[in-house]
Amino acid sequence: MRVGVAAAWRALAAREAATRTGRRAVHRLGLGLLLGLGLLPAALADIVLRDDRGRELRWPAPPVRIVSLLPSLTEGVCALGACARLVGTDRYADWPAEVRALPKLGGLEDPQLEAVVALRPEVVLAAPSTRVTERLEALGLKVLVLESQTHADVRRALGVLGRLLDREAEAARTWAAIEADLRRAAARVPAARRGQRVYFEVESAPYAAGAGSFIGETLARLGLGNVVPAELGPFPRLNPEYLVRAQPDIVMAVRREVEAMPRRPGWQHLRALQTGATCGFEPARYELLVRPGPRLGEAALLLADCLAGLPPPAGGAR
Amino acid sequence: MPEPERRRRIRLAAALALLSALLGLAGLGAGSGGWAWPFGEADAALVVGEIRAPRTLGAWLVGALLGLAGAVAQGLFRNPLADPYLLGSASGASLAVVLVLAAGTLAGQGLDLATVDLLLRTGLVAAAFAGALAGVLLALALAAGAQQTLRLLLAGVVVGVVLGAVADLVTLAAPEALRGRQVFLLGSTGLLGWPAVTLLAAGLLLALPPSWRLARGLDALALGEDTARSLGLPIARLRLGLVSLMALATGVAVSQAGLVAFVGLVAPHLVRRFAPAPQGYTLVASAATGGTLLLAADVLARSLIAPQELPVGVLTALLGGGYLLWLLHRRAAAALGGRL
Repeated sequence: MRVGVAAAWRALAAREAATRTGRRAVHRLGLGLLLGLGLLPAALADIVLRDDRGRELRWPAPPVRIVSLLPSLTEGVCALGACARLVGTDRYADWPAEVRALPKLGGLEDPQLEAVVALRPEVVLAAPSTRVTERLEALGLKVLVLESQTHADVRRALGVLGRLLDREAEAARTWAAIEADLRRAAARVPAARRGQRVYFEVESAPYAAGAGSFIGETLARLGLGNVVPAELGPFPRLNPEYLVRAQPDIVMAVRREVEAMPRRPGWQHLRALQTGATCGFEPARYELLVRPGPRLGEAALLLADCLAGLPPPAGGAR
Repeated sequence: MPEPERRRRIRLAAALALLSALLGLAGLGAGSGGWAWPFGEADAALVVGEIRAPRTLGAWLVGALLGLAGAVAQGLFRNPLADPYLLGSASGASLAVVLVLAAGTLAGQGLDLATVDLLLRTGLVAAAFAGALAGVLLALALAAGAQQTLRLLLAGVVVGVVLGAVADLVTLAAPEALRGRQVFLLGSTGLLGWPAVTLLAAGLLLALPPSWRLARGLDALALGEDTARSLGLPIARLRLGLVSLMALATGVAVSQAGLVAFVGLVAPHLVRRFAPAPQGYTLVASAATGGTLLLAADVLARSLIAPQELPVGVLTALLGGGYLLWLLHRRAAAALGGRL
């Protein structure tokens, strides 16, 4: 089955390559004409992109062999309908299902350089702050560095990927779909829950998703507040006492942690826990929430559905 | 006992008691709002009584257990670099923690469901304690008992490396365990409640009296193994007893607060610098010093950038290490000055 899928990919990639060569031939023809007229420089057909390091990168044609070292960028490529051009991903990529069968090349911080190079990718997609970028570039590969921290980053990354893959229309459509989902999700939030303050837990130390994180941005789009102000940074480690004093209206975390919360010192007095105003997510679903990629809209809908299913708040919103 | 030495010991004990009391008060006053007594707030009793008080007491107790374990380790191995984590307890505990954190993912990768269920029901605290003891037992088994110090040390180091590597592997397979593991490695006093304090106090009460009783053996051991043996000391039994006490103290502390760095190493040093004394005094004073040090670190950890927290282990290293460096520097300077 795996072989069958791989063969299908190769066929797809080949077809894409074929159409691309065809398109290039047409381009060349046109270009030749224009050049003949002396109107345009030769480099116009190149794809020229500036990545998030500010580095200018150049491809003669949209790359068809892509390695992605970040799950959210992998998702971005697939959202633009170019999944078949991926030849390898990092070990954490798990969506869409077809990328699970691709060669796994380690993580962003510890990729298997040899395996990456052996795949002869035309572009390697990576996040900033990685030693591997330098190393891969020294080995003659093109590394496109894209930040994925905020909604704006996701939008920009989709735009850059769209231009890289010659799928700009799809990129615009994908972002429009995310926006539509965000609006739909916001409409699903019960009126009594609007403006309520959420505590979104990232880890039980406790680390929280603050208003400045992309999760905080999503919550804001849903019309919700956050007990952790943006000044504290995106994912601050909090004093557990802070939550008891802040008394969030709604608590969100992995289900197992939500169940364990009443046993933390003083936390049995959290009104959100007492009244069941909690969203406990299964690990797989939670993973979707904390990944800043093209499934942002889906994540917002997941949050909204949980909010819609909560018991109505006693006494209404504060 | 010479008079000046006695006076130094009394002075150290008094200073530790005073510092602990002051820091204890500070611990009740330092919280997520910085330095503020939450008077007048509706939930003041809750915040002070159920969060700050157990946390303050818990931090002191964790530090005391680590200080005691560190003093036992340094006496036992007659090595000033020994610390409570030496015999595989740290890596055993962190492997157990990682297994619990990763249980959900491992279920999908070949681990059978009964084991996963068991791991999840054990919980982090019990798993860490069991892991710490298992690490030490493994080291003891590898060294074929506690007959030879060097062999035991080597076995402990090897167990540490191997279990650490296994924990790395598990983390690679289940990356969601990464952050939880890091929190455990840095140590955290934030979630200590009254049940934790009860356990920690029980641990200290169990470990301190027998340590005191075995301290004489440590004194004899300090003269060298042959001398100790010629004094008729059952060395193997003594070592086994001390290793068990060290494992117990370390296991209890680590299971509640993670691998708080450096307290166990630096507390006995500080005691010896201030008041050279027989092992009995050193053990008890090291416990008190460890408690004071960790409590100070805890108070700073929650107040420096409130409402955020710093990892408490970072502060113990900065405080304890910085102070020891200063002491060493001053002594070196004094020695140099004397020679000139």
